Amino acid sequence: MTTETKIITKNLNLHYGEKHALKNISLDIPANRVTALIGPSGCGKSTFLRSLNRMNDLIDNVRIDGSVLIDGTDIYYNGIDVVELRKKVGMIFQKSNPFPKSIFDNVAYGPRINGVHDKKILDEIVEKSLQRSALWSEVKDDLKKSGLALSGGQQQRLCIARALAVNPDILLMDEPASALDPLATSKIEELIYELKENYTIVIVTHNMQQAARVSDYTAFFYLGSLIEYDETKKIFTTPKEKQTEDYITGRFG
Amino acid sequence: MILNRTQTNAFSTDRNTRSSAHLYTTSKIASGNINLKKRFRIGEFIAENIIKGVSFISFAVIVLIFIFVFREAAPIFSPAKQTSVTNSELVQETYGEESSTASEHITEQKNKSVESSGYEGDATAKNLLGKEWQPVSENPKYGLLPLIIGSFKVTFIAVLIGAPIAILAALYTSFFAPRKLREILKPTIEFLSGFPSVVIGFFALVTLASLFQHFFGYQYRLNAFVGGIALSLAAIPIIYSVTEDALSAVPKFMTEASLALGATKWQTALFVVLPAATPGVFAALLLGVGRAFGETMIVLMATGNASLMSMNFFEPIRTMSATIGAEMAEVVFGDTHYNVLFFIGSILFIFTFILNAVAEFYVRNKLQKKFQGTA
Repeated sequence: MTTETKIITKNLNLHYGEKHALKNISLDIPANRVTALIGPSGCGKSTFLRSLNRMNDLIDNVRIDGSVLIDGTDIYYNGIDVVELRKKVGMIFQKSNPFPKSIFDNVAYGPRINGVHDKKILDEIVEKSLQRSALWSEVKDDLKKSGLALSGGQQQRLCIARALAVNPDILLMDEPASALDPLATSKIEELIYELKENYTIVIVTHNMQQAARVSDYTAFFYLGSLIEYDETKKIFTTPKEKQTEDYITGRFG
Repeated sequence: MILNRTQTNAFSTDRNTRSSAHLYTTSKIASGNINLKKRFRIGEFIAENIIKGVSFISFAVIVLIFIFVFREAAPIFSPAKQTSVTNSELVQETYGEESSTASEHITEQKNKSVESSGYEGDATAKNLLGKEWQPVSENPKYGLLPLIIGSFKVTFIAVLIGAPIAILAALYTSFFAPRKLREILKPTIEFLSGFPSVVIGFFALVTLASLFQHFFGYQYRLNAFVGGIALSLAAIPIIYSVTEDALSAVPKFMTEASLALGATKWQTALFVVLPAATPGVFAALLLGVGRAFGETMIVLMATGNASLMSMNFFEPIRTMSATIGAEMAEVVFGDTHYNVLFFIGSILFIFTFILNAVAEFYVRNKLQKKFQGTA
C-alpha cells in the first residue's frame, strides 16, 4: 500500500524540566490513514501527540529539539505561526470539552474567530460539520441547546464537529473514547473510519482492541521511546520486538 | 457485648445474602471482631458546640447592629415625638460648643432658634427629599438628595475607572503573565486592599488633587473626580482579586480546546474565558461597588464635602458615608439630626445588603445554569 507521508518526525526529543519524556522519536505518518499510538501510561504517547500541534508550548519548562515536518515544513521553525498550525492540525481531547455555549455556537466558534460572520455561510459550515461528525440527525432541531446538555458521546462528536469546522488536514485524537460507554465508543470508531478518507488521523488509545479495529498503522511507545512502528496487522500478529508482544498480549502495561 | 455481637452478625448475614448467596452453598457466618457500637466523643462534642456558639454570636451581633441602626433612625418617621425639650437641649449644646467667646450673642441666637426650629427642622418625608443639606442652622434642612447623588456619583466614577483596570489586570495575570510574574503580581495587588484608606485619602488630598487640577485646570481642587480616582484605588484590589479567582477557575480544558482550534490567546481570553467567568466578574463588580459606596475616609478627605446637586464630575460632592463620618461625633444624642444620620446609615445598609444579595443569588443561578447545561 503506497501513500503520501503527511507528518515526519526526526529525532524528536522532549524534556519536561529534568525529565526526558520523548527520546529520539523518528516516525513517518501517512496521509489519509489512521495511525494509532499505544503504550502504557506515562510512555509519552500523549506528549508526542501534543507536540504535533505544539500544545506542549502551553506547559512551562518544556524543551524540544529535533524536528516535526508537516507537509515538508518544520513546525518548530522560528517563523511558524502556531495559530495557523493549529487550524491545520485539529485536536480532540480525552475529556469532551464543549464550551458552555449552544451547539451552534460551539461549532461556529472556529469559523467566527477566523472572521466568518455571514449567517448563511456559518449555517452551512455548522450543518456540514455536524453531518460529518454524525451528530446532525440527533441535534438538528435544537441547535440552540447548550452543548453541555448533550450526552457524553454526543459531546465528543460535537467536539469533533467543532474541530472539523475549521477545516483541518490532520486530526489528533487523545483517547477520544476512553470516557464513553461501548455504544458511544463504537459510534466514534465508525466516525474515525469514515473521516480518514479526508483527514490524516493520529489517535492515542489505551484500548488495544480499539487500535486494532480502527488503525492502519500502530506505533508502540515505551518509557519515552518508540519501540516498534508498523502496519497494525503486523504489530498485532507478528510483532518484531519482545516488548511489543508482551504489551499486546497483556503481560504488562 | 451481646449487642455488639448481634450487630456484627446482622451486618455479615446481610452481606452474605446479598452478594454471595449463589456463590456458596453454605451460609456460615464469618467470625470477625468488629465493634460498631456508637461512641460518645467528648472532645468533638465540645469543639462542635463552641464553633456553633461562635457562629451564632457573630450572626446575633449583625442582627443587633441592624436593629440598632433602624431603631435609631425610626423617630424621624414619627415627628410628633420630637418635643421641644429635645430641641432646646440640642440647640444649647451645639451653639455652646461652636463659639464660646461671644456669649451674649449666642444666648440671643439660642432663644431664636428654639422658637424657629420647631416644625421646620423636623425630618419629614418632604424635608428628607429636599435639595439642601444644612443640618446645623437656625432652620435645619435635611435634604438627602445631594448626599445620595454624591455617593452614586463618586461610586460611578470609581467603578468606571477601576473596573476596566482591575478586570484587564486580572485577565493579564491569569492568562498572559509568565508564572513567576503572576506569583508576584497577585499578592502585590491584593496587598493594596489592606492599605489603610486614610493613607489613600491623604495621598489624594495632598498629591493627586493638585496634580489633576494642574493637569485638567478645573476650578475646585477637591471634587468628585479626585475622590473617584482615589476611591478606585480602594476598589481595584477587590475587583481584581475576585475576578482573577473567577478567571483562574475556568477549567483549563476550555482554553486548550479554544487554542487547539487555532484561536489566538486574546480570542480565547475574550470569547471563552471571560464569558465562562461572567458570573464571577459580575460578583467582583458588585463587591467593588459595595466597597466604593461604603468607603468613608477617602471620600471625606478627597471630595470637598460640599453637598452640591450637580452632574458635573469636577465639582465637589458630599457622600452619605462621609456625612455620617464627619457629623456623627458632633451631633446631639437623640436629636433629629442624630436620627437622620442613622437614617442615612440605614440607607447605606440596605443598599449594600441588596447589592450582596443580588451578587449571591445571581451568581449562583447563573453558574448553575451555565455548567449544568440548562441555559
